[in-house]
Amino acid sequence: MGKFYESSTVFHYNWQQVAQAFWKRYPNPHSSHVLTEDTISREVKGNKLFTKRLLTKTNRVPKWGERFINNAKVGIIEESVVDLNNQTLTTYTRNVGYTKVMSVIEKVVYRVSDDNPNWTVAVRSGWIDSHVFGFKHAIQAFGVERFRKNCHQMVMGFNHVLSHLYPKNTSMVTEEKSSVQEAREKLKDAAKRASDLAISKATPLVATCQNN
Amino acid sequence: MNSVGSNCNELKQEYDACFNVWFSTQFLKGNHSEQMCAPLLKVYTECVKEAIKEQKIDMKEIEKNVLNTEEEKKKPTSQT
Repeated sequence: MGKFYESSTVFHYNWQQVAQAFWKRYPNPHSSHVLTEDTISREVKGNKLFTKRLLTKTNRVPKWGERFINNAKVGIIEESVVDLNNQTLTTYTRNVGYTKVMSVIEKVVYRVSDDNPNWTVAVRSGWIDSHVFGFKHAIQAFGVERFRKNCHQMVMGFNHVLSHLYPKNTSMVTEEKSSVQEAREKLKDAAKRASDLAISKATPLVATCQNN
Repeated sequence: MNSVGSNCNELKQEYDACFNVWFSTQFLKGNHSEQMCAPLLKVYTECVKEAIKEQKIDMKEIEKNVLNTEEEKKKPTSQT
């Protein structure tokens, strides 16, 4: 039995913005551990976009772990589905290689917040497992700790990218709900995007990465 | 962001730029024709596959699909 993990994060950006920013997440100041990013395959089926990507990341392990893992980088496969009908973006990532030593699987579902249609909730589930006799628990604990840290990095990095793509302009607060629709139709118009976002309140970004 | 194959970087950037425009202006608007970036995707992914082979990354593992299959991990039932 491995460890199961769950956390949820609210992004103060609408689902379409989050879905677009997802593909522009790297590089960001919190992603120095991500080395490469590639699309392996991509296709549309019905109202869904299926993508598979390969990421490589640095693989920092504690001293005692070097006997199991000596490679400096690890491959991560990311499968994703953008579902337009349900307005969800689901990602499923797993490491390639070293899965006996430590397998880290993560699923994230980005969907429209129930509290605010201009916000997006990301629900993250993680499964961490190891099959190394005698070190299983130490490796799992290490994995859980790293999951926690990475979760924080992910949120910081994603918010950084979002705030650059969709700057919030506090001087342009507007009550016009219709401007959301307008802004969606003029994606290249940065000024529109700013007024769109002003609707989601001029509050600072709140992004929690709580662990249950 | 860099590609896993250093010789694929340019192809990747061209494709990514095309995809981001397509995703925003076509897909999210309900136009699902993939024609726009298909030629770029083809040459780019071919380049990446070669790089993966050269770097001896397990292609079988990469090609396996898990999401929305029986192999996908489920939440433990004891948790709420």
